[in-house]
Amino acid sequence: MHGFPRGKTAIVGAATFGVGKMPGFEAIDLAAGASLLALAEAGLAPSDVDALFIAQPQDTLATLSFAEYLGIRPSISDNNRSGGSAFLLHLEHAALVLDAGLADVALIAYGSNQATASGKLVQTSRPSVWEAPYKPMRPISSYALAAARHMHLYGTTKHQLAEVAVAARQWAQLNPEAVMREPLELDTVVNARMVSDPLGVRDCCLVTDGAAAVVLVRADRARDMSARPVYLLAAASAVTHADIAAMPDLTVTGARESGARAYAQAGVKAADIDVVQVYDAFTINTLLFLEDLGFCAKGEGGAFVEGGRIAPGGSLPVNTSGGGLSYCHPGMFGLFTVVESVRQLRGEAGARQVRDARLALAHGNGGVLSSQATAIFGTHDVL
Amino acid sequence: MQALLHPEAEFQRHLEAGRFMLLQSRRNGAFVHPPRVAVPGSGDTDLQWVAASGRGTVHSTTTVRCKPPASDYNVVLVDLAEGPRMMSTVVGIAPSEVRIGMPVHARVDRAEDGPRVVFVPLSF
Repeated sequence: MHGFPRGKTAIVGAATFGVGKMPGFEAIDLAAGASLLALAEAGLAPSDVDALFIAQPQDTLATLSFAEYLGIRPSISDNNRSGGSAFLLHLEHAALVLDAGLADVALIAYGSNQATASGKLVQTSRPSVWEAPYKPMRPISSYALAAARHMHLYGTTKHQLAEVAVAARQWAQLNPEAVMREPLELDTVVNARMVSDPLGVRDCCLVTDGAAAVVLVRADRARDMSARPVYLLAAASAVTHADIAAMPDLTVTGARESGARAYAQAGVKAADIDVVQVYDAFTINTLLFLEDLGFCAKGEGGAFVEGGRIAPGGSLPVNTSGGGLSYCHPGMFGLFTVVESVRQLRGEAGARQVRDARLALAHGNGGVLSSQATAIFGTHDVL
Repeated sequence: MQALLHPEAEFQRHLEAGRFMLLQSRRNGAFVHPPRVAVPGSGDTDLQWVAASGRGTVHSTTTVRCKPPASDYNVVLVDLAEGPRMMSTVVGIAPSEVRIGMPVHARVDRAEDGPRVVFVPLSF
């Protein structure tokens, strides 16, 4: 028995706001913008929210500041910070809170103005004293160490990593909201300026502004608030380490654990999933997560993505928004994997819509492959 | 529970004296690095400082690219012979020459920011 309230809660509002560059706005303004849009979809006002989940890039007391800002008096509040996966942990906890009857309306929100504020990825933690003397680039060198190990053990190539970036770009070209929509060739990615070998600049996510929010309620109320509620079938997470040196195996992430538990909760398997969103901070992430979530065997991620298999027209649609590599990356991308899942299951994804999508998987990553969180969503048909 | 040691401060004090030390559990001989007050998992606090053998193997490597005039450098993970894995750098050869599986030996280097453990290729 897993005990997770499968299908007992549903998303009735999901929105993004300010993707790209939003000069003149603070991070909290952008989070509020997305929240208002998400609440409006469900016919709700901020004062209807009684469970607030938020993690902001630099505001470590964001539940307090955001509650004040929007006039929310939450009886449940959660500022869990596990890195970019935080919002999927929020979803996991929100479902338990709602199912227990401790609250009725959960809002999960995020916003960042990092592109206009600094133009760089905003670091939310200090360097470890055990890493600082060696000056790794944060966080890319840690991912590069994992990528180098994957290449060493499995023969994964730069071209295979480039397939991930090109597939993301091709999806982004179908997404009017995406920041990077110019055509991108495999060779351009392979030959791009190296940053921390084997990862080059086109293996890295973008630096943008942006905000996202979702509203979760119990399923019995969801049908009154939304024509197409998106049901939460599973949410599970795992933590394996903080610093990359302590990762038990550089080529096996905690997604293996979070994924296995999520599939058990939802009563589905990888082969049943229609559309996949994984947090692609770097190209290696997509390979690792496709392997660890069971879409291919360990070590076969590189071969799996060859020939456009995860691109538009391929057999497995992955990161249909364009992902952190080409859609947007406002510091923490986790919540955007959830919003895109909702858009696909509602059938409102326009040119990038996956036909008859009924089961969607969203996967968040935090730290340096440290925190992993998997959520599975379904339409009413799969309840 | 015995009195807790001061993990980072004591490690640094040894390093200042040119010694690379690891923590070892008296009960089962397990090595712990980075230093902490207890063995992770069991919570045993029976830790004592022992000199690291210095022997290790490169587990993974990356070259950090720098804009000239700064030079590229490598960041590695080294599997110590005692078991723990640590971040470090291999000095004495070009960053691109560092290979996974390369046997290396530890040395305490005086960097501008203070002493640090670095590694040299074993045949060096």
